[in-house]
Amino acid sequence: MASEKGVMLLDFWVSPFGQRARIALAEKGVQYEYKEENLTEKSELLLKANPVHKKIPVLIHDGKPVCESLIIVEYIDEVWSDKATLMPSAPYQRAQARFWADFIDKKVYDCGSRLWKLKGEEQQAAKKEMIDILQLLEAQLGDKKYFGGDSFGFVDVAFVPFTSWFYSYETCANFSVEGVAPKIAQWAKRCMERESVAKTLSDPKKVYEFVCFLKKKFGVE
Amino acid sequence: MAETVKLLGTKGSPYSHRAEVALRLKEVNFEFLHEDLAHKSDMLLRYNPIHKKIPVLVHEEKSIVESLIVVEYVHEAFNGYAILPSDPYERAMARIWARYIDEKVIPAFWMSCWTDGEMQKGFIGQAKEALTILESQLKGKKFFGGDSIGFVDLAAGMVAFWFGILQEVAGISLLNEEDYPVLCRWADDYCSVEAVKESLLDRKLLVAHFASKKEKIFATKAPVYD
Repeated sequence: MASEKGVMLLDFWVSPFGQRARIALAEKGVQYEYKEENLTEKSELLLKANPVHKKIPVLIHDGKPVCESLIIVEYIDEVWSDKATLMPSAPYQRAQARFWADFIDKKVYDCGSRLWKLKGEEQQAAKKEMIDILQLLEAQLGDKKYFGGDSFGFVDVAFVPFTSWFYSYETCANFSVEGVAPKIAQWAKRCMERESVAKTLSDPKKVYEFVCFLKKKFGVE
Repeated sequence: MAETVKLLGTKGSPYSHRAEVALRLKEVNFEFLHEDLAHKSDMLLRYNPIHKKIPVLVHEEKSIVESLIVVEYVHEAFNGYAILPSDPYERAMARIWARYIDEKVIPAFWMSCWTDGEMQKGFIGQAKEALTILESQLKGKKFFGGDSIGFVDLAAGMVAFWFGILQEVAGISLLNEEDYPVLCRWADDYCSVEAVKESLLDRKLLVAHFASKKEKIFATKAPVYD
């Protein structure tokens, strides 16, 4: 990787983690080169840019790589600080934003995966856990327009890519996000009115096709 | 006068240690409230209802939890010592390596201590690789933070002090001078920093604590408090 000027994002189309970076870049109006990675045959560039984890997304800015989606989003926010600020300015609110983004990181993807990977009682347990997670997040959102308050912020960016997975979670585990967490469902619709989100998120039906493909791959009936 | 800064934690926890060292580096006056993790206080459950864990920083009645989030808060909320770098890229790197310590180094090392047979061999392999990668990040510097300790050094506090104790109790030698001369030198330097020394429990006490819990930890693979 030469010290080429510019921004490149190594990513995978349906990855909610990659989408966080894409949304942040779009909110900031940053021009960048998108490179789709084949995760079964990772490119030389990816292996060089993220030798330790070999995972996407990786942001390469002027030849320097940054990995881990939430770290990438904070980096984007700090470098392109002139517009669309994602993190609050006060230390306590910043700590809260990091806490909820971390909570989403620790809980949503993992629990979501168990919804389509497991059956029977184990799946029911995962379903209950997902409902608890959604309701906790709903309590945190409250009556605010976004998690960030009036402005779209860090926690919104962290969570919104998972909204295109709601259809898959609902279909696999037989429940309704709108039924258990109506404010989250409304928030998801509001976020889709933003160009950065609408242009980035995968179609929920395509995500479901991808989940079905994974189910076959992992031998889940 | 009641302190406006309280830290709920334990001296035995490397996560609580991170928060405590951060406060000492900033010379913040704080009250350390020792938690009995076998009987968590109402205060802890009130201030950290979701995870119910230490450390919890309470500043003017508002709580901040998750050790690395606490350290970033202390860096931002109080003047003085710079725990994180000022350059955005260097800051991102610090966060990446702190995360690496939490996600790769610590779990592999912990499981190496409390498993046996083929399983242990597997974890030891992972731990060795993770330690080698971590050591390479020192790159001729005194500390991960450069000339003085920073975010990654605090995150690696467990490596500096607890790893030696755990492997002694477990009867293995993973982090040793022969295999990791640079990391071991760093560990000594880290533990010699005043703010760190003030935060550490007597080594003999911690060895005795882990030795007394050894069988239970081996069975559950989790820390044991009672």
